[in-house]
Amino acid sequence: MIKVPEPLEDVIVNLLRLANTKLPEDIGWALEAAAAWETNDIARSQLGGIMDNVKKAEFAGRPMCQDTGIPVFYVTGKIIPGTEDAIRSGLRKATDTIPLRPNTVHPITRKNPGGNLGKGMPIIRYRPTDDNFTEITVIPKGAGSENMTRLAMLNPADGIDGIKKFVISAVLEAGGRPCPPTVVGIGIGGTADRCVELSKEALLVPADSVNDDKDERELEEELFTILNSSGLGPMGLGGDTTVLKVRVMTECCHTASLPAAVNISCWASRRATVKISADGSAEYRQK
Amino acid sequence: MDERTVRALKAGDVVFIDGTIVTGRDEMHMRALSLKKDARPPNGLKGATLYHCGPIMQRENSKWKVIAAGPTTSARMNSLEAEMISRYGIRAVIGKGGMSGDVLEAMKEHGCVYLAAIGGAAVSLAECINEVKGVEWEDLGMAEAMWKFEAERFGPLTVAMDAHGSSIYNDVASKVNGTLKKYHS
Repeated sequence: MIKVPEPLEDVIVNLLRLANTKLPEDIGWALEAAAAWETNDIARSQLGGIMDNVKKAEFAGRPMCQDTGIPVFYVTGKIIPGTEDAIRSGLRKATDTIPLRPNTVHPITRKNPGGNLGKGMPIIRYRPTDDNFTEITVIPKGAGSENMTRLAMLNPADGIDGIKKFVISAVLEAGGRPCPPTVVGIGIGGTADRCVELSKEALLVPADSVNDDKDERELEEELFTILNSSGLGPMGLGGDTTVLKVRVMTECCHTASLPAAVNISCWASRRATVKISADGSAEYRQK
Repeated sequence: MDERTVRALKAGDVVFIDGTIVTGRDEMHMRALSLKKDARPPNGLKGATLYHCGPIMQRENSKWKVIAAGPTTSARMNSLEAEMISRYGIRAVIGKGGMSGDVLEAMKEHGCVYLAAIGGAAVSLAECINEVKGVEWEDLGMAEAMWKFEAERFGPLTVAMDAHGSSIYNDVASKVNGTLKKYHS
């Protein structure tokens, strides 16, 4: 049995505060690297403004972006009883205290129940394991980038070239809307629903980690080069920096299918994880 | 801002704004356009500097405080903005990502510019707001209500679409189309 050190609700508040106020280091480094190679003046000023804002948000403990998004929670390991209630009440508390913007509305009436709650909210994905600890990861993602998500049920004959075309169109036709420079999550394989999930999970992998799957890595590198030579640039105002990272995740699929999904994250590619050990200690990280 | 000031701006200029700006996104646009022609619009809408923004607001001792206020994606308002400009004489639209060709046309005809704020620079931009002067249509919710801000050195803002038909987004699109075509032939 895992002892919980403080109300799990408060662990969730801490987790959301970390994710919303502090950009993961690897994304910060990617922004700095981009600013160093950028040759376009407008682009440089956009990147400078972004990095300035990141520092101010962390210092002031305020959300770096007003769109604190729809948080998706991934719960893995030993599932602590009451986790779902704690996430719900923690999210409501975080919305009032951090504060977060109350974003959730009914899709048809557009009524906002407040607290980032409502039917189906928040979204929680469970993956129980035999481990003696629990990990909860949150990815708060804004609508500007989430609205650019695409799924293509390609034909096997379309192959790798079909996938490349699809990703290039998805990212470039999105233009400045998802707040480039973006992190591009690509899911390939699975079923339609799993493929879209994979494309979001790809955003959880730190940008500075090297993909040890050769096929995935080569595709990531090629797309990174093509997209950054497109000229779209930060905020779609032109420049050399359109994407900070391209991350591909594959899973097997039906022999008659080739599902591909693109889930773009704005530059503020936010995420945080807490590990709750058997002794009840909570360790927070953004890797 | 008056029409002369707006017409003097050219795509690529960088500006900062002192004065009143009002926020409005999807719901605010829809409500403003659903008002009967003889209905009185909320104070501050006519001739406004309209900011596509759904801020995070917090009430402190009965006064509103801006926590974070970066721009939202302007393209969502593409189908609504030309009428906003012609009907309410909007002089400047602040947002991110740019707007469609018919909005650019309306800007040229009526004298309005599109100013690109840095997407996600929500804390930096909130710091440029000195005072919350009021809120209209609060029933639309925090993100969708029409907030009135008194701003000082609000920016930097890039003139991305000017009142003469020039648009940085069009220039960028012609370059980006080269890449799109290359991989779709």
